[in-house]
Amino acid sequence: MSINFALLLEQTLNGLQYGVMLFLMAAGLTLVFGIMNLVNLAHGSLYMVGAYLATAFTEKTGSFVLGVALALPATLLVGVVVEIVALRTLYERDHLDQVLATFGLILFFNELVAIVWGRAAIFTSVPPFLSGHFRVLPGLPYPTYRAVIILVGIAVAIMLWALVTRTRLGMRIRAGASNRTMISALGVDIRQLYTFVFGLGAALAGLAGAMAGPVYSVQPGMGEGILIQVFVVIVIGGIGSIRGAVVGAIVVGMADTLGRAFLKPLLATIISPPAADKAGPALASMSIYLLMAAVLFFRPEGLFPARGRS
Amino acid sequence: MAISRRTLALVAGGALLALVPPIAALTNQPFYLDLFRRMMIFAIAAVSLDLILGYGGMVSFGHAAYLGIGAYAVGIPAFHGVDNGWLQWGLAIAASALAAAVIGAVSLRTSGVSFIMITLAFAQMLYYLGISLETYGGDNGMRLAGRSRFGGPIDLREPAVFYYVVLAILVLLLTLGNRLVASRFGMVIRAARSNEVRARAIGFSPFRYKLTAFVIAGGAGGLAGALLANQTEYLTPDFMHWTRSGEIMFMVILGGMGTLFGPVIGAVVLLLLEDVLSALTTHWQIILGPILILVVLFAKRGLFGLVAGAETRDG
Amino acid sequence: MADTLLAIRGLSKHFGGLLASDRIDLDVARGETHAIIGPNGAGKTTLIGQLAGDLRPDSGSIHFAGQDVTRLDAPHRARRGLARSFQVTSIFREFSALDNVALAVQAHAGRSFRFWRSARSEPALREPARAALEAVGLGARADVLAARLAHGEQRQLEIAMALATEPRMLLLDEPVAGMGLDESQKMVRFLAMLRRRITIVLVEHDMDAVFTLADRISVMVYGRIIATGTPSEVRGSDDVRRAYLGEDRA
Repeated sequence: MSINFALLLEQTLNGLQYGVMLFLMAAGLTLVFGIMNLVNLAHGSLYMVGAYLATAFTEKTGSFVLGVALALPATLLVGVVVEIVALRTLYERDHLDQVLATFGLILFFNELVAIVWGRAAIFTSVPPFLSGHFRVLPGLPYPTYRAVIILVGIAVAIMLWALVTRTRLGMRIRAGASNRTMISALGVDIRQLYTFVFGLGAALAGLAGAMAGPVYSVQPGMGEGILIQVFVVIVIGGIGSIRGAVVGAIVVGMADTLGRAFLKPLLATIISPPAADKAGPALASMSIYLLMAAVLFFRPEGLFPARGRS
Repeated sequence: MAISRRTLALVAGGALLALVPPIAALTNQPFYLDLFRRMMIFAIAAVSLDLILGYGGMVSFGHAAYLGIGAYAVGIPAFHGVDNGWLQWGLAIAASALAAAVIGAVSLRTSGVSFIMITLAFAQMLYYLGISLETYGGDNGMRLAGRSRFGGPIDLREPAVFYYVVLAILVLLLTLGNRLVASRFGMVIRAARSNEVRARAIGFSPFRYKLTAFVIAGGAGGLAGALLANQTEYLTPDFMHWTRSGEIMFMVILGGMGTLFGPVIGAVVLLLLEDVLSALTTHWQIILGPILILVVLFAKRGLFGLVAGAETRDG
Repeated sequence: MADTLLAIRGLSKHFGGLLASDRIDLDVARGETHAIIGPNGAGKTTLIGQLAGDLRPDSGSIHFAGQDVTRLDAPHRARRGLARSFQVTSIFREFSALDNVALAVQAHAGRSFRFWRSARSEPALREPARAALEAVGLGARADVLAARLAHGEQRQLEIAMALATEPRMLLLDEPVAGMGLDESQKMVRFLAMLRRRITIVLVEHDMDAVFTLADRISVMVYGRIIATGTPSEVRGSDDVRRAYLGEDRA
């Protein structure tokens, strides 16, 4: 096999970086599913809003860091407004209603950004101070920006872990994920908790979107592509579980990235190169769904379901 | 025998649909024939979804996948010179039924939120598969080499003939569907939707029935896809895009889920709405989105309930 | 020894740190009416869940009509002749009472992969359903939507559904729960009529019902059965008295 080690390491890091993006989205979404039992298809729209706002603020202020810093609370605000105006009525409704209503929200947001910023994809560049490469290992340069994304992801994971396991609020969140009616019976202000959880999810999605700009293109509908992969992450990891979101995100991020990079050459060693040329990309794009199907077949509730849910 | 409002509404609807081609010819507006034919094709897709969504309570967000499979089951053979309609449409039904069997076998092991996400994910998987088929156009799709051939008087290149074929299929589907939901099989599906725990407690194992319904709906969706390919004479992976699944779902809800006939109205109204709105502005989706939200929040019963009276939906 | 229909051996179930069922042993003879009583939290619901097939025990076994059903799910047990009613009424609300029972008849008859003939037009399903409704006293309400029936009527409907599956054993979870005096007396009279024809295991808090109906009573406390015997034996038992009075003092 002619896959060299440097390429493997680079793709592994890319997989980790993509996994971070997935994790940021999955963490918020899995909590919303688990605690509020709300199917929110518009979560991807918050990612998209974060990306557009970061781009806009960066342009206005001339500073990438400031752009991201402003985009976060702005996306949080958008999320909270959406929650209060549109989503509150949906908590009591069945999943079908939630699916359809949030689908309507997607159409709305996609069109909104198209009106404001146009339909063409916007390409933002990596800020100068984060551009370039640094040496992970001798002979292996890795883009600094992507490495920063990975670090941000680890930091957020640690902060979330601290929040969920070490604070009263976190305790309520965990309790809510495993038994919703119980916490409201215990007197916790459900509405506040819900709004908080939703806002947290929105901020995380916004962060992912804000960081995504320089790496992926910013365009209407960018949220949906990643959203579906986020669903796969949550299904594999287990609904309501942050730990599941971490594991699921890494697994899916790796599988997708490594699959795209190596499935074709790997297949070419087994079957003929022209056939591998055809089958490779097809299998690569299907790989994470096949993975999801495999996990579901043996554990329908996911790998780490929030306790008490299975 | 008293004729219910429901029967009257159906007969009237059927008659109106049957009159479209002659009226279109008289007024020299072939566009309307094309439009209504398109609506009926989506009506077929919506009715097939209603079987599992409205009656079975299975919120499958990947139904458009079967339309895509059906379309490619026509397009790929045609690309290779095989334009026998019986073969193509038979393949469309069989392939989508098979896909539904596989997808259902995995997805139906879950329920609720997971089920929705999984059906969505599988449909997306097929969408990406479609994009990766470079030979058949990849994500640009491809033109249909020629409409399906059936021999004899059935020439789909004749607009009116094709129209009546679609109408006949729609009527057939509605008739069969009607029998299905009232049959023993249909009762199990509806009971499982009403109260799954109770259904299990009296001795039904719902999984096998749900899977069967899923396969039937998938096959019918595949047929709709074959018709759609013939209609547009162009097929792309977009047929399978999850937003299409959402559209079809909306047709079911808008028309009235669990009524079989409601989705027909839903298809007509939604496509008309999209047509009208897109004439107003290219940004019509920003209007459609909130409309859909409002329908979900306030008009859940759907239009068929308004037209045919309150007793449209039992059990 | 009378013919044993239900044999439970060493049944145990944990929920996290909580031991809900603690090595339960119990035999129920064919034709017997056996009541299970105990204070709240004793684990009666968990036991019912394991008997019905909703919950998997961690260890132990359940034999029904001589066969090991421990690993079977609820539908399979129902098809073997174990019918149940629920503590919180569980029926098909959007269907008529007759439809509800006809569904039970259909489940028992098998052959549900029929796609053409209207189920509502089949005498093979409707007639036995009507008969079951008559038997529980709901004959006149056959065409009423189940959701519109009175609470007591809905519980009668559940019994009719259970009977329509021609069961070997009825598992009743608080059959008179939430019923007024008249309704519960009616239900108890009806169950008393059933007693000889069919084996019944019931969980109840209503002591009048229990002592009227039961051939034998088992008392559960903290997941264990602390006493089993005839009504007079249980009434006279010191263990039982301590368990109930002890509960008050704690």
